[in-house]
Amino acid sequence: MTLLSFALSLVGFGILAPVLGCLLAGIDRKVTARMQGRVGPPLLQPYYDVRKLLAKEDVSVNSYQGFYVGISLVLAILSGVFFFAGGNFLLVIFVLTLSSLFFIIAAFSTRSPYAEIGAEREIMQVMSYEPMVILITVTFYLVLGSFDTFAVLEQSEPLLLSLPLVFFGLLFILTIKLRKSPFDLSYSHHAHQELVKGISTEMSGRTLAKVEIMHWYENILFLGWVALFLVWGSWWAIPAVIGGVILVYFLEILIDNNFARVKWQAMLASSWAVALVCTVLNIALLVWIP
Amino acid sequence: MSSTIKSPWLIHYDASSCNGCDIEVLACLTPMYDVERFGIINTGNPKHADVLLVTGSVNERNINVVQQIYGQMLEPKVVIACGICACTGGIFKECYNTLGGIDKAIPVDVYAPGCAVRPEAIIDAVVTGLGVLEQKRAALAAGSLVEQTLPDCVTAADKFVDGQTIRDEALAKTQAQA
Ligand code: SF4
Repeated sequence: MTLLSFALSLVGFGILAPVLGCLLAGIDRKVTARMQGRVGPPLLQPYYDVRKLLAKEDVSVNSYQGFYVGISLVLAILSGVFFFAGGNFLLVIFVLTLSSLFFIIAAFSTRSPYAEIGAEREIMQVMSYEPMVILITVTFYLVLGSFDTFAVLEQSEPLLLSLPLVFFGLLFILTIKLRKSPFDLSYSHHAHQELVKGISTEMSGRTLAKVEIMHWYENILFLGWVALFLVWGSWWAIPAVIGGVILVYFLEILIDNNFARVKWQAMLASSWAVALVCTVLNIALLVWIP
Repeated sequence: MSSTIKSPWLIHYDASSCNGCDIEVLACLTPMYDVERFGIINTGNPKHADVLLVTGSVNERNINVVQQIYGQMLEPKVVIACGICACTGGIFKECYNTLGGIDKAIPVDVYAPGCAVRPEAIIDAVVTGLGVLEQKRAALAAGSLVEQTLPDCVTAADKFVDGQTIRDEALAKTQAQA
């Protein structure tokens, strides 16, 4: 990662990601509504929501919750900037984990029982997806011999061909990361119900707007992770990545609409099992079938 | 048109309704009426909500809850009384244990009558409420929003002021005769 690529990524990701993320959220709600036989909200609904939240009265349970969420947002953006600047994938993951930790701390800081339950569940979610995320970086290094995300661009074939099972593992935890059913234990979008409103129970007005914007950034970053598996050093990679990413997101919406929420035990057990089995098998494949 | 009225999030509270109106409120969210077309989302959280839908005629038990929910909502906010019970007390008006109408507990902006209130009436009321919401948002932005105070009626006994007067009159009469 050079200073130039960092600067380009900072501007590009910083400006484009919320726009794309907002549109993505709007399309998500529209497609979901269609799947449920409804018309659905306007495409720009997520934007209206955030504008409204910014116009609300500025009241908060305590003075530091908004600050923690702000830090969380900044770290999420930074993580994406590192990723799209071709930075170290490990760094991307650590910064993003730090971001989720600050989000959890923000919920805990309110001492509200509902927010605390949401925060506990968020911790369970972090515990569920983190092993797989680490194993992705391990296998990534095994194949490419580098942690730099731009290393995939020097490949002659997409990572998907050498790491198909790991890609499946990524899709599995992506459902947790994108906060989709059946793994939307701590916080969910649309009008899904949970214990009050999970981790965001005590967040209102501007703080909630920050949370929404953070999700826009994060969703684009996660689709970037998907793209990492689909891209290779050719111009043909561009349509392949766009098509693949759209397909993956559509699949997530489909899963979201067809599954009921599971208990945290099931989430933890299944995601750990998938992480372990997929990576071990895939490493075995790499070793024995060169 | 500001974003405030394009994304009114609802919270729904049942203040001792017979559940008839609650079912109608939820019917609004079904594919048949699909209020998400207007950006309306049913949240379970007063801190996220802009519009409070209350059904039922409030009693001693839940007046505190209604006031609590109202208090936790952030300005700009709008209250809609759904169903004739919530508007005036309806068929429970004369009951000894109800307060008779949501406006006895919190300030109400829009009344949606009906027993049970029809989903069309609820949607109409919410759309009317959006006008109020927009006014409040403008007032908040201008710094001139006055917080509405809770009504004075705090006990069901207040409702019996009439009954009380009648009894007092009767008492006075008998005393005068004696
Ligand atoms: S208005 Fe009618 S349907 Fe609604 S709560 Fe009262 S009695 Fe029930």
